Amino acid sequence: MSQAAKKSKLIKGETGEWEIVIGMEVHAQVLSEAKLFSGAATAFGASPNSQVSFVDAAMPGMLPVINRFCVEQAVRTGLGLKAKINRRSVFDRKNYFYPDLPQGYQISQYKQPVVGEGEVLIDLPGGESAVVGIERLHLEQDAGKSLHDQHADYSYVDLNRAGVALMEIVSRPDLRCADEAVAYLKKLRAIVRYLGTCDGNMEEGSMRADVNVSVRRPGGPLGTRCEIKNVNSMRFIAQAIEFEARRQVDILESGGSIRQETRLFDSKAGETRSMRSKEEAHDYRYFPDPDLLPLELDEDWIRTIEASLPELPDEKKARFIKDYGLDAYDAGVLVTERELADYYEELARGIDAKLAVNWLNNEILGRLNKDGLSIAECPVSATANNAIIAMIVDGTISGKIAKDILDIVWSEGGDPKTVVEARGLRQVTDTGAIEAAVEKVIAANPDKVAAAQAKPKLAGWFVGQVMKETGGKANPQAVNAILKSRLGLPDEG
Amino acid sequence: MTTPNAFTLAEAREALKEKRLSSRELTEAMIAAMAASRPLNAFVTETPEKALAMAADSDARIARGEGRALEGLPLAIKDLFCTRGVRTTAGSRILENFVPPYESTVTQNLWDAGAVMLGKTNMDEFAMGSSNETSYFGPVENPWRAEGSNKKLVPGGSSGGSATAVAADLCLAATGTDTGGSIRQPAAVTGIVGLKPTYGRCSRWGIVAFASSLDQAGPMTKTVRDAAILLGAMASVDPMDATSVDMPVPDYEAGLEAGVKGMRIGIPKEYRIDGAPPEIDALWHKGAEWLKAQGAEIVEVSLPHTKYALPAYYIVAPAEASSNLARYDGVRYGHRAAGAKDITDLYEKSRGEGFGKEVRRRILIGTYVLSAGYYDAYYSRAQKLRTLIARDFAQAFEQCDALLTPATPGPAFAIGEKTADPVSMYLNDVFTVTVNLAGLPGISVPAGLTKEGLPLGLQVIGKAFDEAGVLRVGRALEVAADFKAKPAAWWGA
Repeated sequence: MSQAAKKSKLIKGETGEWEIVIGMEVHAQVLSEAKLFSGAATAFGASPNSQVSFVDAAMPGMLPVINRFCVEQAVRTGLGLKAKINRRSVFDRKNYFYPDLPQGYQISQYKQPVVGEGEVLIDLPGGESAVVGIERLHLEQDAGKSLHDQHADYSYVDLNRAGVALMEIVSRPDLRCADEAVAYLKKLRAIVRYLGTCDGNMEEGSMRADVNVSVRRPGGPLGTRCEIKNVNSMRFIAQAIEFEARRQVDILESGGSIRQETRLFDSKAGETRSMRSKEEAHDYRYFPDPDLLPLELDEDWIRTIEASLPELPDEKKARFIKDYGLDAYDAGVLVTERELADYYEELARGIDAKLAVNWLNNEILGRLNKDGLSIAECPVSATANNAIIAMIVDGTISGKIAKDILDIVWSEGGDPKTVVEARGLRQVTDTGAIEAAVEKVIAANPDKVAAAQAKPKLAGWFVGQVMKETGGKANPQAVNAILKSRLGLPDEG
Repeated sequence: MTTPNAFTLAEAREALKEKRLSSRELTEAMIAAMAASRPLNAFVTETPEKALAMAADSDARIARGEGRALEGLPLAIKDLFCTRGVRTTAGSRILENFVPPYESTVTQNLWDAGAVMLGKTNMDEFAMGSSNETSYFGPVENPWRAEGSNKKLVPGGSSGGSATAVAADLCLAATGTDTGGSIRQPAAVTGIVGLKPTYGRCSRWGIVAFASSLDQAGPMTKTVRDAAILLGAMASVDPMDATSVDMPVPDYEAGLEAGVKGMRIGIPKEYRIDGAPPEIDALWHKGAEWLKAQGAEIVEVSLPHTKYALPAYYIVAPAEASSNLARYDGVRYGHRAAGAKDITDLYEKSRGEGFGKEVRRRILIGTYVLSAGYYDAYYSRAQKLRTLIARDFAQAFEQCDALLTPATPGPAFAIGEKTADPVSMYLNDVFTVTVNLAGLPGISVPAGLTKEGLPLGLQVIGKAFDEAGVLRVGRALEVAADFKAKPAAWWGA
């Protein structure tokens, strides 16, 4: 995003406007049955220390052996980020002491990561998009978990997570506001979920972000940055960035300077707090791990993985715009999740694309939201919905009845067509029956007739009464036409 | 008739096969010798019950005609190899009570071949030392003494307990590990054969790590043939060790007697060092003459970077050790200091109490050379030197098939003689460290006695994975040297 900063992203200070510069380091847990260097399982929520091998516990003489599938997942992710895959990469040891780091070092990739430069296209309000540069992606081990609240005098350690494979995805400082940072994270999440390389679950910690924030005068030289650690929801990321940018602006405007440091976001207080300064930063003493040979990847293997990549959100969005004639906004919403896009495509089969997207947005997503369900858990299949819409289109049922049918199928299950027949919900297009209903309503309400003739807008009341009389099954167009002629109203009105 | 204790591995193998002796009888003789030799302090842990149970199993197998390669042969195991259910200390207080729930690949290979374990041998703490004086369990004494002297001598190190156990006939053979000379140097000063295989030939899995890129297990035996037999059983391709090399293990005994006729033996001129005792140079010269007399061609070669080997080694090895030993933190296993105030205090006290002086020194050196600002000056340059040293050997091997050098710069020295001066201690490895830095195989063969009657060895260095060639040249030296001397059993065997 090298273009001049847009006005709306700038923050106003006492002395003028400031531009926020944001880069992100996202830790994405690799979807894999086994850990990066041991055969231990990785399932979330297992009882403490039940998924720990001798390697994970750093017993004497234990050696790491690379899990090839984790490498494949990293390569797949790199390809999804349109990034350069490094044929040769190196695992290094990052040395520091902590009880949840059994080896006393984390195996990571320092100077030679498995994936190099790439890019992510982010979707912005108004259908705009922007490119965010990816600097690198590397593989590393996760640490265990220290539990400080289990005992009055002791801290406990759970090593289930120790050694689980993470991908650290580092962006360029290309983001300019909290919304862009959130859009970036959403897009990254969509991509890894499409690829099946990370479940993107922020609540369970399988996707975590460190956010680097600095401020500068628009277009000026970069300011000193602060790193905000482990912010674990989209909402908190936005809050943390906004708080931190404002904090930095206030310091600069009051004549101070920014100290390069690591900060923690306190979600309760909604503020960032200093954790350690640059001077207090660890000296990690990185060096190549002598237990592991450099990772050499075969070009053919990379090409095989590439050939197996699914259609990714951007391509899918472009296809939805082109093939279905959707606008960028609708297409963008549909492709955020692969399951939603797939559902839509099934739903729209053979019917008007816009009708399908409206039905999905207004009827399905609304109900899912109300019931707290995901699209994958939707009780009514895309095919069933497709059948309902098809019945509206061919005049079998009205739009109103269609919603009733959806409600029935939603709560009771069943095939929509069968429901229509079994409950006699077919639309009444027989003009004789509609005329009879119209006559009945007119006869009962002579005063309203006069009023409607004087003020044609009031005819709507008659439509409602006739629909009520016919149990909602009357074809609305037919009711309108008959009423107008019977009341002697003009065609346009 | 020779007592069973004095048998070579090959002789005992024959005796068992021909049922002249049972494994039980042999093992009992060794257990008795082991018990009588306690003044030597060669063993940290004796396992007589285990030995007898294994011997009984072997006798049953032999009776059924199902004897395997090492069936019923009692061995001593360096206390750096993790042995399931048997305390494994690495010569350190920090692992004083550590009982591994797993078996190292090398020892498992030995038990799978039918060998019997007598116990775990004493060693320099974490294999850091050249005299076995850094052991938490006290120094090992060399069974050899200078003529007419009662001065206690060191057995070399770090595999000093194994060397003494073999030299004093407490076992048929022993395992050792060699990071900078820890098999070959003690073998030389105790009058036995010690072979360090090519890096990657024996699995490192389950061996307590000192310096991962240099550590290699190997046999310590009474004869060159025994080294061939034992190496054949120790070596394997191990998927649990990423640095294990996928090459079939040949029959090392097969070509043992092929002789050196037509071989070209290189004499590296840089191994003539100022201040070395004339006896060392004379023995080296004699060795070359022996090989020449058997039909080998002697050529002078140059290894120009030899003088940088010791400094490079004392950067690389401590650097890796500082990281490898970080896992001994008192949190999960091993020594934990009492009364720690907080986690930092726990680390400092546990490690301060658990590690001896030499280990602490090397951790400090290693931490220093990897630190920000010093990495390039030390670690990077040492790695470059390592490449140059390996290239020296590669170039030398274009002119010859194997190299002949002294094994040590002198005979066994007195206990306490060099402990005050680490650099003079480190110089013991001057002829052996180059081989580890280049990852090559090397053997030390007893070749003569000093005028005081102390053993000296000659070293043969071979091309990578040419253990067979090294053994063949070693055998030729053994035949010519006809080294029959034995230490007087003053300790009361």
